[in-house]
Amino acid sequence: MLSVQVGAAAVPPAVLAGMPRLRWGWAGAGLLALAASCGVGVLVGPVHIGVGTVVQTLVGGAVDPGQANILWSLRFPRVVLGVLVGGTLAIAGAAYQGVFRNPLADPYLLGAAAGANLGATLAIAFAPGTSVLGVNVVPLAAFVGAGAAVSGAYALGRSVTGLRSATGLILAGVAIAAFFNSIQSYVQQTQTSSIRQVYSWILGRLVTAGWDDVLLILPYVLLSVVAIYLHRRLLDALTLGEDEVTSLGIPVRRVRLIVVVAATLGTAAVVAVGGTIAFVGIIVPHTIRLLVGRSYRVVIPLSVLFGAAFLVLADAAARTVVAPAELPIGVITAFLGAPFFIAVMRSTRAAAL
Amino acid sequence: MSDIVLAGVSVAYDGEPVVRDLDLTVASGEWLALIGPNGAGKTTILRAIARLVSFRGEIRIGGRAVTELSSRDVARKVAVLVQEPQMPAGMTVAQYVLLGRAPHLGYLGKESSRDRRIVRDVVRRLALEELASRPLDRLSGGERQRAAIARALAQQAPVLLIDEPTSSLDVGRQQSVLELIDQLRKEQELTVIAAMHELTLAGQYADRLALLVGGRLAAIGSAAEVLTEPAIAEHYRAQVKVIQMNGSGTAVVPVRN
Repeated sequence: MLSVQVGAAAVPPAVLAGMPRLRWGWAGAGLLALAASCGVGVLVGPVHIGVGTVVQTLVGGAVDPGQANILWSLRFPRVVLGVLVGGTLAIAGAAYQGVFRNPLADPYLLGAAAGANLGATLAIAFAPGTSVLGVNVVPLAAFVGAGAAVSGAYALGRSVTGLRSATGLILAGVAIAAFFNSIQSYVQQTQTSSIRQVYSWILGRLVTAGWDDVLLILPYVLLSVVAIYLHRRLLDALTLGEDEVTSLGIPVRRVRLIVVVAATLGTAAVVAVGGTIAFVGIIVPHTIRLLVGRSYRVVIPLSVLFGAAFLVLADAAARTVVAPAELPIGVITAFLGAPFFIAVMRSTRAAAL
Repeated sequence: MSDIVLAGVSVAYDGEPVVRDLDLTVASGEWLALIGPNGAGKTTILRAIARLVSFRGEIRIGGRAVTELSSRDVARKVAVLVQEPQMPAGMTVAQYVLLGRAPHLGYLGKESSRDRRIVRDVVRRLALEELASRPLDRLSGGERQRAAIARALAQQAPVLLIDEPTSSLDVGRQQSVLELIDQLRKEQELTVIAAMHELTLAGQYADRLALLVGGRLAAIGSAAEVLTEPAIAEHYRAQVKVIQMNGSGTAVVPVRN
């Protein structure tokens, strides 16, 4: 025993303990969880399809064309969309929490979804079929709406309660969301010609989603996730005081702006196909903080993996709980997320992130 | 060279002048203490040197105007130890010290093994190795102050600005923190400017003292020159006795009539 201690002391460790880094074990666990949830997502459904058939379909083997059709046109795109939506909502939640230094920040609670819905509704109602530089105007309008809501919530929260208050920002977001929703409902009711299209936007199309939807949101999601991922070290630095971060030569405003824009862009895109799915941005990052660590170098990448896995599983649950009917997926996430949110509110209070 | 020159520096917050037309020169390797009653502008001068607040006039570090440097270049020259460093809950000491390497990284850059080695050396130098993986919120007051100094040292800046280094420490820890800063100053040839409210300690550790009143320089010089009973009575409105202690400094002792 003694000799072991002497030996350990004689050779000081080359690597200092406590350095932030994502351990392979956790990254592997995240990938495994994602793979397992995708497996469940593909297998669960009204028509029984076995594992063998799924594998055969993927490798291009001979399978029943009806089953192959169900897999390729229904289940695969739906699982892929679940991955994109869940990963984006979780990373956006973590990013908002870091930038606003607020443990309760979530893309939906900040009003981003309401803003995206209002922007999309206005575009569908008043400028149907328009495109700007070859890009459909509806997602762009959704992004502008989401950005307006988040910046409105931020400005309102700051002016009313100051940034120190975690709940002030959220209350401001809820107020902005209510206001935007009222305008959106008014436009929706008065523009009856476009009401169907508006409804399909707002409720989300995870149920009927196809590869078109995957392709529609993929560029925005990739841009958002990559931008936030590249800023993970700087999000750690933002947890220091304002003077301290600035004195480290970090352009605080630029970091905040880029990360907020990226998170809002991703949120606006996934709202388009996902509909209202709240609390994923709270549940996933906070669970990672509790289990793994609080550094954004860990929280950001793991949020993508576990957020994606979580949403695919929640979607599978939404399809089976009241089968043959389907629950909206937001029902599942809110059922789990609301109590979680209250727990976070109680435990963190003013804890700085 | 890391000498600091302030020429005609004025700072105002919301139109309210806090520092007025200040001239000050600090030699490379010197320890200058900024003293003065509350609201005299001590913290603001430190913030101006680190370019955390905009100012009129000119501030030069090693002959270069800070306004001509990028904020990263300023951070490579000047490390700041604020009065109450924010210590994020759950962040480990090693991770916190690693943030001090930020000025040496690109915008989205990652720390190299060299950066990690520097952090390891700093952590060892400040005897924080045992605490490296401990979260900041589980440190004592003295340990937190050491972690904050380690973060500033990891910056490898030749100028160290310190705001009230001993404000929440007991007398033993005050001494050990100041001794540590003095040792580091000599080892690494740092130029130190520290806002200090303990006048006796300021006189013992600093080479010179600058007495500020209402944003202006009221006196500058050695402890014996600046710490006089009439000056302290006038500017602090305090009744004190100043005692010269053969070779161990100037003691300022409050007296009660």
